[in-house]
Amino acid sequence: MAQPEPWLAHYHYDGLRYDEMFRAQNEARPHYAALYAHLLQEGSKQWRGLFNEVDRQIRDHGVTYNIYGDSEGASRPWMLDPLPLIIPADEWRQIEEAARQRARLFNHIVSDLYGQQNLLTQGQLPPTLILGQPAFLRPAAGVTPPQGVYLHLLAVDLARSPDGRWWVISDRTQAPSGLGYALENRLIVSRLFPDLFQRLRVRRLAPFFATFRDALSALAPNREGPTHTVLLTPGPYNETYFEHAFLARYLGFPLVEGSDLTVRDGAVWLKTLLGLRKIQVIVRRLDDDFCDPLEFRADSTLGVPGLMEAVRRGQVLVANVLGSGVLETGALAGFLPGLCEKLLQESLLMPNVATWWCGEPSAHQEALSQIHRLVFKGATPQRRFGPIFGEDLDAAGCRQLATTVNEAPTEFLAQELVALSRAPVLKRHPEPRLEPRSVGLRVFAVATPSGYVVMPGGLARTASEQDVRVLSNQRGGGSKDVWVCGESLGLPLSLLQRPVGVGDLVRSGAGLSSRVVENLFWFGRYTERTDHLARYLRVALSRIAEYAEAPLEWAGLAALGGRLGLLADAGDQARMTTGLLNGVADKNRPGSLAAQILHLSRTGFQLRERLSADNWRTLHALSYTLEQQAPIPISLLGAIGLLDRAVSLCMTLSGFALDGMTRDPGWLFLALGRRIERLQFQTQAIMEAMKMPSEANPEWLLEVSDSIVTYRSRYMARPEWLAVLDLLITDESNPRGLVFQTTSIGHYLEQIAALLGPIRAQADFQVQHRALLALDIGQEFRPDSVVLRETLHYLHTAAGVLADQLSLQFFSHVGQSVWVSA
Amino acid sequence: MSTTRYHVVHETVYEYAAPVPLSQHLLHLSPRELALQQVHSHQLEIEPTAAEQARYLDWFGNPMVWLAVRTPHTVLRLLAASVIEVQPRPGAWRQALGPAWETVVAAVGQFPATEPLEVQECALPSLHVPLNPAVRDWALSSFPPSRPLLEAARELMARIYQEFTFDPEASTVATSVATTFARQRGVCQDFAHLMLSALRSLGLAARYMSGYLLTNPPPGQPRLIGADASHAWVSLWCPGVGWVDFDPTNNVQPDLEHVVLGWGRDFADVTPMRGVILGGGAHQVRVHVTVMPAALRSMESLLAEVRAKAVSDPANARS
Repeated sequence: MAQPEPWLAHYHYDGLRYDEMFRAQNEARPHYAALYAHLLQEGSKQWRGLFNEVDRQIRDHGVTYNIYGDSEGASRPWMLDPLPLIIPADEWRQIEEAARQRARLFNHIVSDLYGQQNLLTQGQLPPTLILGQPAFLRPAAGVTPPQGVYLHLLAVDLARSPDGRWWVISDRTQAPSGLGYALENRLIVSRLFPDLFQRLRVRRLAPFFATFRDALSALAPNREGPTHTVLLTPGPYNETYFEHAFLARYLGFPLVEGSDLTVRDGAVWLKTLLGLRKIQVIVRRLDDDFCDPLEFRADSTLGVPGLMEAVRRGQVLVANVLGSGVLETGALAGFLPGLCEKLLQESLLMPNVATWWCGEPSAHQEALSQIHRLVFKGATPQRRFGPIFGEDLDAAGCRQLATTVNEAPTEFLAQELVALSRAPVLKRHPEPRLEPRSVGLRVFAVATPSGYVVMPGGLARTASEQDVRVLSNQRGGGSKDVWVCGESLGLPLSLLQRPVGVGDLVRSGAGLSSRVVENLFWFGRYTERTDHLARYLRVALSRIAEYAEAPLEWAGLAALGGRLGLLADAGDQARMTTGLLNGVADKNRPGSLAAQILHLSRTGFQLRERLSADNWRTLHALSYTLEQQAPIPISLLGAIGLLDRAVSLCMTLSGFALDGMTRDPGWLFLALGRRIERLQFQTQAIMEAMKMPSEANPEWLLEVSDSIVTYRSRYMARPEWLAVLDLLITDESNPRGLVFQTTSIGHYLEQIAALLGPIRAQADFQVQHRALLALDIGQEFRPDSVVLRETLHYLHTAAGVLADQLSLQFFSHVGQSVWVSA
Repeated sequence: MSTTRYHVVHETVYEYAAPVPLSQHLLHLSPRELALQQVHSHQLEIEPTAAEQARYLDWFGNPMVWLAVRTPHTVLRLLAASVIEVQPRPGAWRQALGPAWETVVAAVGQFPATEPLEVQECALPSLHVPLNPAVRDWALSSFPPSRPLLEAARELMARIYQEFTFDPEASTVATSVATTFARQRGVCQDFAHLMLSALRSLGLAARYMSGYLLTNPPPGQPRLIGADASHAWVSLWCPGVGWVDFDPTNNVQPDLEHVVLGWGRDFADVTPMRGVILGGGAHQVRVHVTVMPAALRSMESLLAEVRAKAVSDPANARS
């Protein structure tokens, strides 16, 4: 045997567990031979490139999996190993058959449970197992979905035992996650090994997604006209929100939250800028009991009140049907072989790992008599317990477990401890090497009018180092792309879909939900606010030394700082310096730049599915700049460097908005937000500067307004009030000038009014715009002009009123629902 | 004893601090038709008018109404008026002893089942009726080995009546069985949940009954409109007899004075009126029930008085 490569030295084939890649030490299985050869040939030197590429793509695409209680909070990067899990064609056929059978079987079971209930009345399933679960939704009984399809998308978790056989570990039957991550993994990994990907003839995933989309249309109720489908998410704080946004974008469905939908005339409607739009299909990523606070969980603020009523009336398809979570209990496992024989007249192709549900007296006794061999868990996902590994328990631990189980046996089950198969992962620390990790496979099946179709691929999950017995993304495990080898037999790509006609073309974006538009408006405002705060702070901090030398000018600058909430009063130099530095870095101070960037990030987060990767990355860099690089207390030099960076990142964001976004109504609101914010800031700044005596130098005003370069190139002299005010107010070519803002706002308002009807504050705003244009420059452009001061004051007020009116008119659909009872 | 006919008017008033543009409600306010109870008429009046309304039978077979109000309102007023004929409940309820209670526990828990599905369902814990070891141990003294089921249940009912204090101040719609048990006080809903928890913790099947109870004014005083309350009691499964009702709040077994709205596993299944409103700010709810022997007053005049009376009594009438 040749000397093993150093990176292979830590990979010991042990034969105790199935190894996905090797059949002996340093000897790859045939379907892994090509990948192994590739690794041997390239050597570990190439790995840095692989890691960097994976990291880059995950960061750029913003792929995250939120872990509750994690210090990185809402945005922990997704963990993806560069090496795919490869499955040969013949083996895949068995998995595929088994998954298809399982989906059919589960659809039969759930259809009986919410229909005839023969399984319960004829002794096939213990009523306790079903009716005792909170997941059994009684209001859903008696409702038959279109074409009898209850489960539109099903996920099955598989694991492989040492003899190489696959077993089912669990099922996801109500709102399975993982499909989007699987697709994202594929996009990344297929680029890492393009030659291998071709050579192994890895089956593509795209046709499966097309099938999923078409099948939903085909199963939609009331199929006259185009089907409107939405993806219902619990919102950005959900652990798999990235995937919701990603899938929504990939499938072309609007991503909505519960408050975006309303029930009317027994149907479900999306609140859009143009009013209500009827929805036929809801792909939900919300758990059953959160979907309708009226009929299910009263404390849910995530759902749509009345959704169950719309379902009862057959007006909307909810995929999967409400109540389908009842099948997620592991306690069902032991009954499946019998049910399969009875309902399908077939043998169950892929059984579950041996399971004892303690709600059955005999199983209860058996489980407790062999605690050491078993893993104990809650019988339903709602019953959070364990997993408790019997092999870890001492005598006292066993007694305690038995007591717990005996108190409420129906709530617990025990499973055989399977020695999971293992697959190699690339480790980068301490030095690049191959290490084994336990691995599990999640596969997906989707219902079509002609039966279930299984995705040729899946999501492989690997254990974290700490706990090799548990596969969980919540516990910090990783993932792999899944390559199914062999030519596709060809999925019917688009048999069901009618071709796009002219009537289907979507151009205007008027179907945007009111919530998205509101967030875009605030995104515009916050970007601008961040920009002017950073500029102000930069000017103020670089001039703080002039406190004593130029008291007149400094007083004006300090007064503006007061207006912005940064400086409480004109104290001594040291206090003001501290105030300004805190205004940069202290995010606990309302009004600080750090706090502002936090608002901006949160708003951006709500819009994640609408922002391009570049946008997202810039936003990320902005918050990173402050989070990671701003020690408190920050030094003067450090602060100025940071402000330089913040200003240029804000410019980048503006650039994207200007050049990278479709000019739909959403964009108009974003642009309006920016202009209104800038108008308010500039009027404020000019008014404060005008309070200085006329001999004071208004240079700082030009700097804060980013107009100093223009001024110098034009006048090459010390700033004079007339010229300064002309540049900052009337010069139509200055993008920081007031007339520039009011003119743009006027244009945007006209465009919005043309699309959506009259805007209430439009006329009043135009009055102020004309007043600005009508100013007599020779007369009034001096700091002590009362007319100018009043004009600016009214303009400032009008901008605020306009913003309020826009929210009232276009955003205020969303209100808080309250549950009442008597 | 012959049958008795009642006029029942159940008035619910919601008052909101801010206008409510949209509200949706689920009602369990329509009495259930039974072998021993006929519903001669039933009507709902809603102010403001409901934009949509639909009627269903729920999972337990109770009439249920879904409705949506789209007229902005600060007051929502709902009247449910029913004319109901009640026949005497079977004598066996009060006289039969039933089989030894452990045999019933065994029958109820059996799989494959011998008892109907609805019986097995009502042996399981539910949202407001958890299995509670302390409650079970307390109840067990009424259930010595081999004691006939109904005899034991009658004693349990009497013990709740004797050991617990009726106290509307001690209770909200969300009071848990553990709280009721610890404080030894509550209202009809709490006592029903407590008795259900005791029975189900022993392995028996029992359901929550929602309805009304005729109350008689003290001698010489007039019958007040709106002074009655919605009521709750318990029904226990006894093989050979069927469902047998027990009212632990009054230590009686219903005969002619209890009117049934419907049943479920607990209050949550048959909440008379639940809803989700948009906005509204702080809210206040008042409930007034009148149970009137039909012979005393016509429905028309009764309704006219209820409609006319801007009932000002803020007491939340639950018993």
